[in-house]
Amino acid sequence: MGPTPSWLDQRLLVFTGKGGTGKSTIAAATALFAANHGKRVLLVDVDAKQSVASLFEHAAVDFSATRVHAGIDALAMDTEQSLREYLKLNLRIPVVGRIGPLAKMFDFVATAAPGVKEILTLGKIAWEVREAIAGRAAHDIVIVDAVASGHVLAHLNAARTIRDLVDVGPLRTQTDWMIDILEDPALTSINIVTTPEEMPVAETIELIQRVRSASRAPLGSVVVNRVLPELFTRDDEVVFETLRNPSSQRLVVDEFGSAIIDVFEGARLAVDLRRSRAEHLDHLRASIDMPTIFVPYQFGSLHGLRMTTVIAQAISDEVL
Amino acid sequence: MRRDGHGEATLDRLLSAQEIVVCCGSGGVGKTSVAASIALGAARRPGVKVLVLTVDPAKRLATALGLQALGNTEARISAEVLAESGVVLRGELWAAMLDTKQSWDALVLRHAPDETTAYRILNNRLYHNLTARFVQSHDYIAMERLYELHASGRYDLIVIDTPPTRNAVDFLEAPQRMAEFFGGRLLRWLTLPYRVGGGRGARMVNVASRPFYQIADRLLGSTFLQEIAEFFLNFQSMYDGFVQRANAVEALLHDRRTTFAVVSTLESAPLREAELFCVELRKRQYLLGALVLNRVLPETFLSEHSQAAAVALGNDEGAIAESLAAANDLDTATVRRVLGSVAQSFERFGAVAQHERALRDQLRDPPSVVATVPNRAADIADASGLAWIADHLFART
Ligand SMILES: Nc1ncnc2c1ncn2[C@@H]1O[C@H](COP(=O)(O)OP(=O)(O)OP(=O)(O)O)[C@@H](O)[C@H]1O
Ligand SMILES: [Mg+2]
Repeated sequence: MGPTPSWLDQRLLVFTGKGGTGKSTIAAATALFAANHGKRVLLVDVDAKQSVASLFEHAAVDFSATRVHAGIDALAMDTEQSLREYLKLNLRIPVVGRIGPLAKMFDFVATAAPGVKEILTLGKIAWEVREAIAGRAAHDIVIVDAVASGHVLAHLNAARTIRDLVDVGPLRTQTDWMIDILEDPALTSINIVTTPEEMPVAETIELIQRVRSASRAPLGSVVVNRVLPELFTRDDEVVFETLRNPSSQRLVVDEFGSAIIDVFEGARLAVDLRRSRAEHLDHLRASIDMPTIFVPYQFGSLHGLRMTTVIAQAISDEVL
Repeated sequence: MRRDGHGEATLDRLLSAQEIVVCCGSGGVGKTSVAASIALGAARRPGVKVLVLTVDPAKRLATALGLQALGNTEARISAEVLAESGVVLRGELWAAMLDTKQSWDALVLRHAPDETTAYRILNNRLYHNLTARFVQSHDYIAMERLYELHASGRYDLIVIDTPPTRNAVDFLEAPQRMAEFFGGRLLRWLTLPYRVGGGRGARMVNVASRPFYQIADRLLGSTFLQEIAEFFLNFQSMYDGFVQRANAVEALLHDRRTTFAVVSTLESAPLREAELFCVELRKRQYLLGALVLNRVLPETFLSEHSQAAAVALGNDEGAIAESLAAANDLDTATVRRVLGSVAQSFERFGAVAQHERALRDQLRDPPSVVATVPNRAADIADASGLAWIADHLFART
């Protein structure tokens, strides 16, 4: 089942999930998928680990959007730059020269005041989406490689938090249009990347509950990444087990030498790995009511643009 | 610890001289399970009392160990629960979880000059946010708890599982950052206008010319700014206590009785982070004791004989499939398909194993103890799973 409404019809796709599950890979691959379908994409790397750049085999990107691939511009979030841009655009305070001490100070206040730091990230993203909708931007869709599940709610809720906390001023008045964009399921979807393993699945289920109870952000799809292929059908697995009986193993050892035992043991491990993951998947599916997208595990050492391309194809196969 | 004439460097030998093991590494590599397994392995020695201080255990494991009610207080893993999983320890295994919020509250109550100030802080709406979100808050609390538990003298060995951080180095800097945060010039500057008027309720004076206040005031409004400043003023009263503690924690981490175990899988991204962390640890003169490579595919995937056998199996024209089918009363085509899948699977996982091996060979300057734990299909769901990991961790290589 593909996501509803379709990713390609939306304006903002946010990818979050447990650390290391493949958020950056999936966000970059989705950007490529969208670009392959004629969308002009802005890809935003929020944790600024430069994964997005490496997934397109491009030099590091900064706060100003840079073309990293045909149809894809990327930028790395930088709250100081975002503050500078914000002051200029919204308060008409041009900050010339060093913003350092001011930003440091702001950082300091922002550490204590909820939503302040997050609004700089969220505000920039929402602004880019608004420009896209208005047809003033060089992109049609914004795809975000967001922070991990533990922190994402603070980001998603930043506009509401600010509105509740700050009673006057431009920061507050700016929040309404942001909320309109971020909470509209026709425009925005929050997608969760996970793997079929115990902790990522538990974290995904928990995140979905938290998003539903503590925010109005529209959930999109769960992307289950690193899914092992099924080695045998149920019937073939019975045959496989039969072939592991001592007399059959003697036959294959006579033919291929004793090392063939390791080959059968290897298949046994693959079956066991797949089975334990399947249990986690069943648990996930029984616990959530969101569309799921499966992305196969890539054996070998794929990386960079080839990895992105292969995963983009897998996403395309699932979504279309 | 070096390899020398007196035997190999093993985790067992390493730990016999330590009082604290800090497990670190990027998220998702199995840090929590490894930490618990190190503790379990160490508790096999007679008379030894070992505590594992964990951050976020899998629910199933916690329940299996009888720890569902586990909070900030330590609990002993009962011998019965262990025996049910076939684990017998000659020492004692204890566990505690890290409750950040609870630990922070305790900290404020301890360091605040008086109860009124303590509750003023605890009830401030910014307080919860700060403790939950201040980047180093979890790290700091973990260190703080470690310090206290160690100082209690109740345990011979404490194994601590570190919180997931964006950057492993952050964790090392937590105590110092914490002290700087509350003692820094920035904080004095921020709270200055509120101190001028003498305590709470003072109004902003004479600062209109400062660009920060101008902009911040326009952005946030002065009421909100004042609330923030007030909070910091209260918080600052705990400054001395914090600095003292931070310094003591720092000294404990540097002590030779504390060793670090870096955990990683043999995948590019986590391993890169692990290596970086090893470099930082050495640079800062912490004791880097061990590197634990978790979830590694078995060596058999790398053997040339097995690879050749897999290729031969995949290329088999059917002779063996026919005899196997006949011997087991099966259909030849089915047997051939199954054998083909067996061969294909070996090649796929073989490619992953090759990549793991290559990464392992590229390791620069690893610590003297490098322990490898194989990829296990089943989850670590009870004490027997931990014992299984411990067997590999403590194996002589
Ligand atoms: N389907 C897949 N098959 C195999 N490997 C994968 C797959 N998806 C991602 N990976 C690998 O997993 C690792 C982590 O992926 P990635 O960096 O995208 O995760 P992340 O969630 O963004 O991590 P972080 O939380 O550190 O930002 C990378 O080495 C990546 O190449
Ligand atoms: Mg990432």
